[in-house]
Amino acid sequence: MNIGTRKILDRSFTAVGLTSILLMALALLVVVVPIVSGGIGAIFFKGTIEHRKLQLREFDNGNREVLDRQIAESEPYRQEVFRMLDAFAAELETFEPTRKREYSSKVSSVKDIVSHLLGPVPGEPEPILLRFQYGTTRWEKAEESLHDLMFVTKWDTSNPEEMGKQYFVPRVDEFAGTSLAALFPYIEENLEKMLLPEQTFYWGFLTERSLDAHIFGGVWAEIQGTLFLAIGAMLFAFPMGVIAAIYFTEYARENVFTSILRSANSTLAGVPSIVFGLFGLAFFINTIKVSDSKSVLAGSLTLAIMILPTIIRAAEEAILSVPKTYKEASIGLGSTKWRTIVTVILPAALPGIITGGIISLGRAAGETAPIIFTAAVSVGATIGLGDVLTSPTPALSWNIYNLASEHEAANEIRHVQYGMVLALISIVLLLNLSAILLRARISKKLKG
Amino acid sequence: MQMTAEAKSSNQSASKSGASREIFLPPERDRVKDGGKPHLSAKNFSIFYGDFEAVKKIEADILSKYVTAIIGPSGCGKSTFLRAINRMNDLIPSCYTSGSLMFDGEDVYGKYTDEVQLRRKIGMVFQKPNPFPKSIFDNIAYGPRLQGVKEKKVLDEIVEKSLRKAALWDEVKDRLDKNALGLSGGQQQRLCVARTLAVEPEILLLDEPTSALDPKSTAKIEDLIEELRGSYTIAIVTHNMQQASRVSDYTMFFYEGDLVEYAPTKQLFTNPRDQVTEDYITGRFS
Repeated sequence: MNIGTRKILDRSFTAVGLTSILLMALALLVVVVPIVSGGIGAIFFKGTIEHRKLQLREFDNGNREVLDRQIAESEPYRQEVFRMLDAFAAELETFEPTRKREYSSKVSSVKDIVSHLLGPVPGEPEPILLRFQYGTTRWEKAEESLHDLMFVTKWDTSNPEEMGKQYFVPRVDEFAGTSLAALFPYIEENLEKMLLPEQTFYWGFLTERSLDAHIFGGVWAEIQGTLFLAIGAMLFAFPMGVIAAIYFTEYARENVFTSILRSANSTLAGVPSIVFGLFGLAFFINTIKVSDSKSVLAGSLTLAIMILPTIIRAAEEAILSVPKTYKEASIGLGSTKWRTIVTVILPAALPGIITGGIISLGRAAGETAPIIFTAAVSVGATIGLGDVLTSPTPALSWNIYNLASEHEAANEIRHVQYGMVLALISIVLLLNLSAILLRARISKKLKG
Repeated sequence: MQMTAEAKSSNQSASKSGASREIFLPPERDRVKDGGKPHLSAKNFSIFYGDFEAVKKIEADILSKYVTAIIGPSGCGKSTFLRAINRMNDLIPSCYTSGSLMFDGEDVYGKYTDEVQLRRKIGMVFQKPNPFPKSIFDNIAYGPRLQGVKEKKVLDEIVEKSLRKAALWDEVKDRLDKNALGLSGGQQQRLCVARTLAVEPEILLLDEPTSALDPKSTAKIEDLIEELRGSYTIAIVTHNMQQASRVSDYTMFFYEGDLVEYAPTKQLFTNPRDQVTEDYITGRFS
């Protein structure tokens, strides 16, 4: 090949390689930026006075005096709204029956939105569900509700060939000529004074339990469940994996049995995680009954089986990469095989073993399928360390899926979903980062 | 081969096993105290890798407290023989031996021989310096600790004594807690010698200990061998014939698995009995 062609080939390969890396980085950016910004929104947002009321009453966070002052400040505006609603209720009594029926249905949706915004309307019975006991806690949600209040959403279905088109009609038009018409501009004008939004740093999102199935509160139960499951899996899989790797590299003879074991191990690494989930249910819960039903223990064991092949492989590689000369030196000094493994080979292989272990830990933290049947519940209380043998737990990976797809108010709590995703990614990233740091430290110590 | 340290004919298979062995000692001025007894005796000793006979029916004694060099072209079996002495070849699954190799009246490959105890008496230094990735102190203390020495004071003494014997003490005494991999190649190799000496072996096997070192470090190792001569039985495999002639009292010449000639070094280098030996030491092949 002449030198010109070679140079062109070299350059074009560089260009192709660089492009693919850039595309990958771009894709990563496209995925990560919304997750991070959405997730940050769960912690850092404009919180309304309702958020502060909730915090004080349910978690005892915040300053009671300041809150009382703010309540006193916002109350007159709220009273005005309720007064208008009461006045309209009185007016409604004077309407003729058909008109009355029509308007009472219209006003009830107005009342719904108002109570959604400001909390329960006085005089109504105290709601049972916590989600109805408070108004909107986040200002951007309040703005959405305000839009719902100001406009009625209608669908244009006149053309049967096409999908219906959405359009908005000002709600004030529906009440034209009644006393309630004044309510709409009043709320639009004064909503901020009723809700008093402030920039809020809600650290409790990470440290507090959830309230009313994640409508309010934080995700501590999920974070804790994830940590329990991942660490539990590690407690089983790490020692077993390292011992298996020692067996493979130092003790196993090269025969049919060993090669069957090796290929079984590789196959196990490729089994889809849902299969492990079903196996965990069938074996740990139904057959050997480690617990009566789902439990952290059963989930940890299932995850352990899933990550075991990875740990074995990583440890095997690490042990094989220890120079043969270390072993010779130790054996030559009159050390036994076992002593050589413990005092020379394992310490030298430790960085690789730890890296494999922590990557597996990250994987165990992120897996959903193995814990669906063995450990995870969608809504659960924070469990103590003493309950891990018998109790199931919520976990980030499973609850992200659950909140996004099965929660009755999935659209209302997008910020919680993003927050959970961010928490999960952060946990995995932190684990990997600590792996890198630990590895670097041990390598440095080994190199001198 | 009939006699130790005597020129032998190239046709080894013709030798009669069990014949009495005559011991040739060096001239009076080169003799060492209490030396010259057969420390290792190979009788009809062969080493195989699978079907391949790497070392063929060796008949030889290695004499105590003297330095015996083992020379020969690559692949002649000299390293295999050396590593067989403290059973390092056990690490190679396909390797086995026949005949006998006696060490202090005990068969090295005997059924009840504890190879771990054996290796404590027969220490080895390898071709490439192979300190553990631990501190200098921990490297030296590794062997004594294996034998159950725990007291810091005793370990300190052993470490200092071993490092002094290996002529390394002055260079490293201020950084015993530093990682041994930070030493130069020559220092590392002397550290490996010190580490082996710390176990207090009777025999020291050196497997091309200077092949990875520069001339200056090589000279230091050679001086060290000179120092240790008379205290330990030393067998050294080397590619370097000048080195063999400089440091050894006896020389074994291996060729294609046969022990072709075994004689006092001076005799072997000045007046080889065998044509192959002569060809090799004069550099006609290597």
